[in-house]
Amino acid sequence: MKGQVFAITLVVISGVATFIMFITTMHSLDLTRNSFYRDYNFADVFVNLKRAPESLKEKIKEVPGVNQVETRVSAYVKLDISGFPEPVTGHIISVPDDGPPLLNNLYIRKGRLADPAKDNEVVINETFAHAHGFNLGDQFAAIINGKWKKLTITGIVLSPEFVLVMRPFAMSPDFKRYGILWMSRKAVSKAYNMEGAFNDVVLTLERGAKVNDVLRELDNIVDRYGGFGAYARKDQLSHRMLNEEFNMLRNMSKIFPTIFICVAAFLLNVVMSRTINTQREQIAALKAFGYDNFAIGVHYAQLVVLIILAGLVIGIVAGIWLGGMLGGIYMEVYRFPSLAFILKPWVIVAAIVISIASALVGTLHSLWRAAKQPPAEAMRPEPPAKYQITLLEKMGIGRALSQPTRIIARNIERKPVRTLLSIIGIAVACATMISSGFFKDSVDYMVNVQFVLSQKEDMAVGFIEPTSYRALYEIKEMEGVHYAEAFRTVPVKLKFGRASYKTVINGIEPDSLLHPLLDTNLKPVVLPQEGIIINDYLGEILGVKAGDMLTVEALEGSKTIRQVPVVALVKLYLGVMGYMDMKALNRLMKEGDAVSGIYLTADSQYQEKLYRSFVNMPRVSGTIVRKNEIRNFYDVQAKGMLFFTFIATLMAGSISIGVVYNNARIALSERSRELSSLRVLGYTRGEISYILLGELAFIVLAAIPLGFLIGYALCGYIAAALQSDLFRIPLVIELKTFALAALVVLASALISGLIVRHKLDHLDLVEVLKTRE
Amino acid sequence: MIDQNKESNNQDNLVFEVRDLAKIYKMGEVEVHALRGANLELFSKELIVLLGPSGSGKSTLLNILGGLDTATSGFVSYRGRNLTAATETELTEYRRFHVGFVFQFYNLIPSLTALENVAVVTEIARDPMKPEDALALVGLTERLDHFPAQLSGGEQQRVAIARAISKNPEVMLCDEPTGALDSQTGVVVLEALERVNRELGTATAIITHNVDIAAMADRVIHLSNGRISEVAVNKVRKSPSEIQW
Repeated sequence: MKGQVFAITLVVISGVATFIMFITTMHSLDLTRNSFYRDYNFADVFVNLKRAPESLKEKIKEVPGVNQVETRVSAYVKLDISGFPEPVTGHIISVPDDGPPLLNNLYIRKGRLADPAKDNEVVINETFAHAHGFNLGDQFAAIINGKWKKLTITGIVLSPEFVLVMRPFAMSPDFKRYGILWMSRKAVSKAYNMEGAFNDVVLTLERGAKVNDVLRELDNIVDRYGGFGAYARKDQLSHRMLNEEFNMLRNMSKIFPTIFICVAAFLLNVVMSRTINTQREQIAALKAFGYDNFAIGVHYAQLVVLIILAGLVIGIVAGIWLGGMLGGIYMEVYRFPSLAFILKPWVIVAAIVISIASALVGTLHSLWRAAKQPPAEAMRPEPPAKYQITLLEKMGIGRALSQPTRIIARNIERKPVRTLLSIIGIAVACATMISSGFFKDSVDYMVNVQFVLSQKEDMAVGFIEPTSYRALYEIKEMEGVHYAEAFRTVPVKLKFGRASYKTVINGIEPDSLLHPLLDTNLKPVVLPQEGIIINDYLGEILGVKAGDMLTVEALEGSKTIRQVPVVALVKLYLGVMGYMDMKALNRLMKEGDAVSGIYLTADSQYQEKLYRSFVNMPRVSGTIVRKNEIRNFYDVQAKGMLFFTFIATLMAGSISIGVVYNNARIALSERSRELSSLRVLGYTRGEISYILLGELAFIVLAAIPLGFLIGYALCGYIAAALQSDLFRIPLVIELKTFALAALVVLASALISGLIVRHKLDHLDLVEVLKTRE
Repeated sequence: MIDQNKESNNQDNLVFEVRDLAKIYKMGEVEVHALRGANLELFSKELIVLLGPSGSGKSTLLNILGGLDTATSGFVSYRGRNLTAATETELTEYRRFHVGFVFQFYNLIPSLTALENVAVVTEIARDPMKPEDALALVGLTERLDHFPAQLSGGEQQRVAIARAISKNPEVMLCDEPTGALDSQTGVVVLEALERVNRELGTATAIITHNVDIAAMADRVIHLSNGRISEVAVNKVRKSPSEIQW
């Protein structure tokens, strides 16, 4: 039973390890996040506005439910980093002159905060520093309110507000091309003519305060100061991304361990019922000596627990180790002062209880059978197994079968439940493997749709404020620019009935060549002359359907509130936004021919020169280079993907080896007598191997297509479980992912088959003739 | 001249020749001498009974004759072919085409019917009987489509005999064929063996510890302690129906 116990142990290890890994990582991140939020006073509510006098702060403080308030000045700037000739955007946030921030306080990893007396000192976030290899005292330049200014780094910090540093509306974090800069309030105010004023407020709430009431009241207060709409912590980008990650971990910690525990319970069931069968005489003898049913049951239960125990211990250790590794991978993207690794005792207890309980449940039937056998009956040898003509043969197909094939068919049909469970077990292994490949496939697909098919520009240039359409002609005239198109983006609040959602409306030029709007069928969406198109996810949030009138409240400029008809709902993978014909959007905003930015294609030789010119254009707030965005996306994802694929392959391998090997061993022990008999009758080793391995081959081959189906369903479930307003994972599985999954299953089947074949070659022909079964 | 003829005739009829056959098993630390230099011949058409108490070495002898086991020393030839020097593959081929086995516990394939259990052998044999004919020889025409679980012990053993004869083997080796059966059923099985020997002329060796069965043999080989202690010739073979135990 050594090999079988090993195979079961492998499956138990996988189950316990993944359970512990996902749960402890989630707990550790949760604890780390909570203590960081608490110790560094993370705000509950965030408000951005155009400009308000400092005196407004008192008014905000008086809003019922508001606890602490801090005003700030913030701005997006272009950065000029020597040796890095690509567009980089910085987000400047002011730090109070009289000490560290009251809210969203900074954890200083290195150095100190900027000196309020100096206007050229800056503190930067850690990922940005690492990405560029910056250290204290290093310098880079920023174009602050149109003026080129050299800044010196005095500190490298972490902030609860930017655990994940990501450009708003970006697809993934880009540590190299986006950084957070903290400067003294005095310096920032001066640069932006904001002395005695602010454009950014963060606040905490009193216990029990009603968030929505506070948000509404705040919006009322800041409205006439150009408020862009207050939002709660749950909509704060970094926080929301972390929540998505927790959501994913929670789902993973449910799906995968459950699969393993079920497989382990099934394997134990098969092994135990076989063991008990072969030991029926000993059981009878024990009972004849006066052992009661309970004692016999306990004996076998102990055996089950013993088998599980090794897997449990190794699984717990492996889970802790993997949890540390996974935590480390998270820490590269999500930055905390330190990762508090926490292993809650109940997790260990749960792992133990769940695995032992399911193992016992799995073996309950056999245990019960062992216990209730009357001794006299058990001492008699088991009657010959009953077989019957298979359905296949009854249908008349059997005539042509050779006897060995007939044996295979009848054995399979005799234990349909076990055969089916074996098939399902292996299919699940195959499915697990597919689910790991699925992540890569769907991300590839999403990137292809998002970046390659629907964003064909080389660069996107954004303006600080809506600008005249003339800007398009200016850029078209620049050397190296092949083609350019304008776009308009308006931050809005969309309302329908009681539901509302804050997002942007993208105004696209009709028949856009560079930025076609593609639905999930990759068909270009034709923008209507009037009205708005929204994606289906936003439709669900708001509860609107085509034909409904949506209230659009612009959050910039004229702050227009208009009714717009929803023309259609389209399926899109990324974001939750509205789309309109640019001209229609401008009519809606009553702003004439305004543009927010330009998409352009350019000669590659001129690209670097073009960034330079954009850096120096005061109206340009930033430039995004498409190919950098794609490369960066993969860089950020790569490690996590690799880790997940590695884990999934190990898991799938251990399940398929566990199931196939156990099956093979059980079949061998059940059949060794008849196989030896056939050897005696002159069958060759190859011929008897066919009988045993043919049955396995049938199970494996039946399992693979089923595995494809289960894999597809599992991926569908994962895709649905992980969909969020950031993205919907497309259910795309490449052929090669199916092929790889089948290959892993076949390879583990082959290994198991070879081991069993080796044992078949060493059957003791004489031994088997002496004994009755 | 006559003697010479008889000698060459004997040579033609010689199926097995066993010389100084010894077999030592290692059971953990202990060496068990199962055979200590046995000498024996078996001729075609002959029916012999190997008699001896358990542990006398008769099963070991039969297993080596059947190509299921190898000798430690000595020499066995089958129709002039040296079995002691045969490879694993040659032994498999030898069992496949030349030997019919009958065992105490029948060793039928539980998932196959009586007919199919015979077909298992006829499918791989060179010049087999039809499985139905083999089963008719042992009187099981009515039970062709029954599975082992649906047959009595005697019937199962007769299926085993049918399986053994169906390949038209040169020799039948039977290890305690009645060992698991009551005497009435045992007689039916022995009758089947006797009939095959008589009608097909298959050389037959039967192992038993039942002295009464010896009466149906041409020759009775007594084994004790790994050696052949006595060879008795029956002038007249008794029919199994006359035997009782």
